[in-house]
Amino acid sequence: MSRSINVALIGNPNTGKTSLFNRLTGLNQKVGNYPGITVEKKEGVCKLDRGLKAHILDLPGTYSLNTSSLDESVVVETLLNRNSRDFPDVAVVVSDIENLKRNLLLFTQIKDLEIPTILVINMADRMERKAITLDIEQMEIELNTKVVLISARKNRGIDDLKDAITQYKTLKTDPCVNASVIDPEYFERLRKAYPQQLVYKLWLVITQDVNFGKVDRNRDFDQLKSGSFNIKSEEDLKRLQHKETVVRYQFINGLLKKVLTVDQLHAKDLRSKLDRVLLHKVWGYLIFFLILLVIFQAIYDWSSYPMDWIDQLFASFSAITASSLPAGPLTSLIAEGIIPGLGGIVIFIPQIAFLFFFISLLEESGYMSRVVFLMDHIMKKFGLSGKSVVPLVSGTACAIPAVMATRNIEDWKERLITILVVPFTTCSARLPVYLIIIALVIPDQDLWWIFNLQGLTLMLLYLLGFGAAIFSAWVLNKVLPIKRKTFFVMEMPAYKLPMGKNVLITVIEKTKSFVLGAGKIIMAISIVLWVLASYGLGEQFTNADEIVTQQYASQNLSQTELDQKIASHELEHSFIGYIGKAIEPAVRPLGYDWKIGIAIVSSFAAREVFVGTLATIYSVESSEEETIKNRMQAETNPILGGPLFTFASGISLLLFYAFAMQCMSTLAIVKRETNGWKWPAVQFTAMTLIAYFAALGAFQILQ
Amino acid sequence: MEKTIAHLKRGEIAIIKNFKETDVPLKLLEMGCLPGNLVTMMQSAPFQDPIYLNINGTHLAIRRETAAKINVDPYV
Repeated sequence: MSRSINVALIGNPNTGKTSLFNRLTGLNQKVGNYPGITVEKKEGVCKLDRGLKAHILDLPGTYSLNTSSLDESVVVETLLNRNSRDFPDVAVVVSDIENLKRNLLLFTQIKDLEIPTILVINMADRMERKAITLDIEQMEIELNTKVVLISARKNRGIDDLKDAITQYKTLKTDPCVNASVIDPEYFERLRKAYPQQLVYKLWLVITQDVNFGKVDRNRDFDQLKSGSFNIKSEEDLKRLQHKETVVRYQFINGLLKKVLTVDQLHAKDLRSKLDRVLLHKVWGYLIFFLILLVIFQAIYDWSSYPMDWIDQLFASFSAITASSLPAGPLTSLIAEGIIPGLGGIVIFIPQIAFLFFFISLLEESGYMSRVVFLMDHIMKKFGLSGKSVVPLVSGTACAIPAVMATRNIEDWKERLITILVVPFTTCSARLPVYLIIIALVIPDQDLWWIFNLQGLTLMLLYLLGFGAAIFSAWVLNKVLPIKRKTFFVMEMPAYKLPMGKNVLITVIEKTKSFVLGAGKIIMAISIVLWVLASYGLGEQFTNADEIVTQQYASQNLSQTELDQKIASHELEHSFIGYIGKAIEPAVRPLGYDWKIGIAIVSSFAAREVFVGTLATIYSVESSEEETIKNRMQAETNPILGGPLFTFASGISLLLFYAFAMQCMSTLAIVKRETNGWKWPAVQFTAMTLIAYFAALGAFQILQ
Repeated sequence: MEKTIAHLKRGEIAIIKNFKETDVPLKLLEMGCLPGNLVTMMQSAPFQDPIYLNINGTHLAIRRETAAKINVDPYV
C-alpha cells in the first residue's frame, strides 16, 4: 500500500519554484482554488521510493511570512493551521544561489514554525560562472537541516531532493533564529498565556495585517488579535517587525560569511546591459510596442491556417452527420445545434494557444517586470501602479486570471480599480467575434507592404480596450471615496531563457481550461438555441411550407431557393424568432437585425457564444455545407437592403463587444474578490451602457 | 539637507544609513534594504520615476517618494 505525504513548495518569487514543481510533477498537476477564496492553487503528485507518494503543493511566491497581500497570507494560513488538509509534512524552501541571502530570511521564519524544512538551492549551474563556492556541510549544521543543490532547468539534483523528501522524518525541527530576543518580556508573556502553542506562531497571528477579506483562521487565535494581548500599538508592532528582520539578517550575514565565497571579479552581467536597452526611455517603449505588434500579427496571421482547416472540418462533419444519420429531431440537434456550436469554440484553439504561449514567454523570461517598471509612472497618473499592468496584460488572455492577478497589489483602492477596469482589456473570448467581423468588413490588404490592414484593426481594438481601461481607472480614481496608502516595491528578476517545458505546460493547462470552461456554456446554449429555433407556435410556424409556397408561386423559384425561404420563414416564427423580434427595436439603431440581437443577448453569458449562436441560427436556416463566415457574408439587411454586415454595422458590433461586460464567470469572480454584488453590478451596468452608446454613435455616424 | 537614495546619480554607490520616517515598508527591509548595506542606483525609468536599484545584490524598483525617506552615506 502506498503512503502519501504533503509537501509544500515555498519560496521567493523568481526562484524557479514553478520549474521545480513542473520537474517533480510533470503533467500530473491540477490547478484549483483555495477553499472560499480565488487564489490559484497548484497541486501535483510525485512518486518517491519505497511506495511513498508526495502530494506537492506549489504555494504563491512570498518574500516573508509578513503578509501584505492575500497571496502571501495563503502561505501563512497553510503553515499555521495544523488541522488543514494541506498542512505540510515537510516544507521545501526554494532559493536561488544568487539571492541566497534574501531567500534565507523566509527560510529562517519557516524554521521557527518547527516544521521539517528542506532548503533547496536552485540554479546551481550558475555557480561556476559566477565564481560562487558554498560549504554545504557547514550550512546544514548551522541551519539544522538538509540542504540540497539543484538546477531545475538542467534537471540536476532532483533525485537528491526526492531522497531528502523520502527521509523527511530524519529532519530536525528546532529553529535557527530565536525571534523572541526582539522583546523578551513580551514574548515570555505570550508563552505563559498559551503554553501549548508555538510562540512564533502566536507572534505571526498578532502581526498579520490581512485586510483583503475574511480568511479562515484557527479559532484559538481569534481572541489573540482582539483580546488582552493586543496591548502593543500598531506602531510598536511594526517597529518590532523591523527589528525581527534585522535580527534575522544578522544571523544570515554571519552564516554566509562562513559558508559562501564569491569572487567579485566577474564581468558586468547580462542583466544590466539588457536593462539599459529594454528600459530605455525611447527604445524601451518601442520594443514593448513591437513585441505587442508581433503577438497580434501572429495571432492573426499564423493561426489562420489551422483555423481554416478546423472550420472546413466542422462544416463537413455537420453535413456528413445530417446525411448519414436517419432524419429526425435528434440528428438535426446534433448536426445543427451541437456540431456547429462546438466548432465555434474549437476553431479558436490555435489563437488562444498562441496568446498564452506569448504571455508565458514574457513572464518566464523576466520581461514582464520590466513592463511594470516602464509603465509605473504612466499608470500612477490614472490611480494605478505598474503592478496593475500585469493584470491588464493577462487580461488579454482572460479576465478571470487577470482579476486574480490583482492579489499582489497591496493597496485596496488600487486593487479595486484594477479589478473593475480589467474586463475592458481584450480577452481571448472577444477574439472569435473580432476575427469574424473584421474578416467580413475590413479588406484583406497590405498597408505600406508590412502591415496587414486586418491585423492592424485587431491591434487598434486591443489598444482601444486598454485605453478604455485606463481612462475608466482615472475616472474611478477621482470618484471613489476610498483612502489609499500605496507604496511600490518590486523585484527585478534576472533574465532567463524561457524553459520549453514550463511554457508548454502553461499553454496546455490554460487552453484546456478555457476550452472546457467555455465549451460547457456554449454547448448548453447551443442546445437551448436549437430547441428555441426549431419549435414554434401557431399557424405561421406549422404551415410555413404552404404559406411560403403560395407566396412565391408566381416567381418560379428553384427547389433549393424555395427550401431556404421556407426555413427562414420558420425561423422567423419560431420561439427564438419572437424573442429576436421583441428585442429588435433596441438593437436596430445599432445596425443589427433580430438574428444578431439574439446572438448578442445569448452572449451576455460569454462573448464567444456570439459566433456559436449565429452558427446555430444559420445552420437551422440552411443545412448546406458552408462555413459561418460565408453565410454571414450572404446575409442581407431586411430593411435597408444590401449586405447586413457593412462597414458601419461591423464597426458598431466591434465597439459593442469591445466595451460590454459579457462574461458571467468574470462577474462571479469579481463578486468573490470584492465580497458582494455591489461592484459586479456597477461594473455590469456601466460597461453595458458604454457599449450601447458607443455602438449607437458609431453606426449612426458611419452609415 | 541629508542625502537620500533619491539623490543618487546613475551608477553611484552609497551606504544605507537610516530611515527618515518610520513608515518605510517592511517589505523593503525584507528585500535587504537595511542600514549598513550598499545601494547602487542602476537606472531611472522614463520620466525619472520609478527608480531601479541594486540593494545588497537584490535588484528592485521603488518610487522616488519612498527613496527620499532613506538616508545614505557616501561609499568610499
